[in-house]
Amino acid sequence: MILSRLARSGRGGIVLLVLGLLAALVLPWLIYPPVALDIACWALFAAAVDLLLGFTGLLSFGHAAFWGGSAYCTGLIVLHGGMPFPVAIIGGALFAALLALPIGLLSVRLTGIYFAMVTLAFAQMIYFVANQWRDVTGGENGLQGIPREFLGLDLSDPFFFYYAGLPFVLAGLFAAWRIVRSPFGRVLVSIRDNPARARALGYPVERYRLLAFVLSAALAGTAGGVFAIGHGFAALDGLYWTTSGQVVMMVILGGIGTLWGGAIGAAIVVQLQDFLATAGFEGVGIVTGSIFIVIVLLFRRGIWGTARHLLISRRQADPPVSPAAGAAEEPVESPEPAPAPASPHPAGD
Amino acid sequence: MGEGPAAGPHDAGSVPVLRARGLVREFRGFRAVDGVDLDVAEGSVHALVGPNGAGKTTLFNLLTGFLRPTAGSVVIDGHKELVGRTPEAISRLGLARSFQITSLFAELTPHQHLELALAGPTGLGWRFWRSDRALARFTAPAAELLARVGLAGHGDVPAGSLSYGRKRALELALALALDPKVLLLDEPTAGMGAEDVDRTIELVQEIRAGRTVVMVEHNMNVVASLADRVTVLQHGKVLVEGPYAEIRHDPRVITAYLGDSDVAR
Repeated sequence: MILSRLARSGRGGIVLLVLGLLAALVLPWLIYPPVALDIACWALFAAAVDLLLGFTGLLSFGHAAFWGGSAYCTGLIVLHGGMPFPVAIIGGALFAALLALPIGLLSVRLTGIYFAMVTLAFAQMIYFVANQWRDVTGGENGLQGIPREFLGLDLSDPFFFYYAGLPFVLAGLFAAWRIVRSPFGRVLVSIRDNPARARALGYPVERYRLLAFVLSAALAGTAGGVFAIGHGFAALDGLYWTTSGQVVMMVILGGIGTLWGGAIGAAIVVQLQDFLATAGFEGVGIVTGSIFIVIVLLFRRGIWGTARHLLISRRQADPPVSPAAGAAEEPVESPEPAPAPASPHPAGD
Repeated sequence: MGEGPAAGPHDAGSVPVLRARGLVREFRGFRAVDGVDLDVAEGSVHALVGPNGAGKTTLFNLLTGFLRPTAGSVVIDGHKELVGRTPEAISRLGLARSFQITSLFAELTPHQHLELALAGPTGLGWRFWRSDRALARFTAPAAELLARVGLAGHGDVPAGSLSYGRKRALELALALALDPKVLLLDEPTAGMGAEDVDRTIELVQEIRAGRTVVMVEHNMNVVASLADRVTVLQHGKVLVEGPYAEIRHDPRVITAYLGDSDVAR
């Protein structure tokens, strides 16, 4: 198989990268451009959540606070500050990071379901603040009529704005990839696998979790800012818990700890929602929920995770390229009970 | 107290590198550790022994900050108080520990384990904007440590797939990588066959040079061949302390512990 040969030669990553970039570039030609932008934004949002869930072992159920909070902040900067939208998006991302600081400080001591519940509670608090603070946020109406222009260019056509927003999404995805494959990312994985051991090696676990939380919030904020500009409004439901739930669902669909899997999860969920909404179907949640259950039951690793696993096991099953190399010089490890399935969020310290 | 010129009551002139006074740890009214005093002389191998439930591992967790004592103090180097510090801060003060149950990062290779241990003091772990290839500067010292514990050639498989003996060896290498002043080993030979036990004894003998070792150990052969001093714990209290040759004949120890053990000889 071509794919497995590529993966073995180590060039698979580059090929996938080129394919992914091509897909990102042609997407608004293939599907309705606003939907294409939604997919791009949710893909970055999912990568931000996977940075915590898959690589730090923390399930945040409150990331709507950063996505929606940044959407409002970005909109306010454009509406009241009259700033060009790239400045506003960066401002929104910084606002999300600032917001994440106190929330993270108060929640990173917890893990597992407790962490999820506390982050959810904070996000709901912010939702209520936004709902009540009508003078600034517009209450239930949200912020409307956020202009889409840059240096006199009118970008209100979604097809063109897609290409204006895409660099931010790609930069965010690159940042997520860089973080995961940095010395910091290595420490995060060690904390995910065994926090007590990481402590014994001298790593202050809470502070590392806090930085991961803030970075993840900044990326989620970038995605939320592009989303707000792209739609021309910041709505209250971006702060609601269903937004947090939806992004977690995308990560799990695509595969926890795969980083790119979230993009696939985002594509499926956004496309499906658009299709069902266009068809006039009311129970969108029932359909996406059912698909979610089926995929989780059939492919525990998610779509991308399952594909990667199949590819790797096929590679290992293939006979070595040259019969002389690497036959049986290594002594075989004595049998050992199989390592426990990697749990995305260890129960605790 | 403090650092007086005549600080050491027994070993004339040597200040204990690790000293615990009146350590107490209660679990819902049950005193797992009940007023323990401990002096560990610099450069010695000090064994903590005692029947199951005597409080050895609890004491270990109190010394390393993984548990907070209900009362008491732990001092390293004569003046640095450890109680109230986090485990990671204590690790950085030169007190490294191994774990009784092998405690590794399942998805990382032994090589990556040691890179992490070596990178800890450099602050490299915070650099989220750099490539993880920056860790390559620890490749040579990591390989050296792996060779030292007999893991050369096993550095690049996930640690979760290593055999039990090799996991234990990796535990030792990790503690060594921190280059600690005091090395605390929690049952380094637990669950090992005779051959691996002998290898571990050799290894501990080799790595004790230039540092102090405190070990919890059940195997009396290991204690006999390694320990300079032995502290026997029972019901959370110090029963007896002294060189192995002395305590093995102590009638209290024999009734408490060695009496029903086949290694009393």
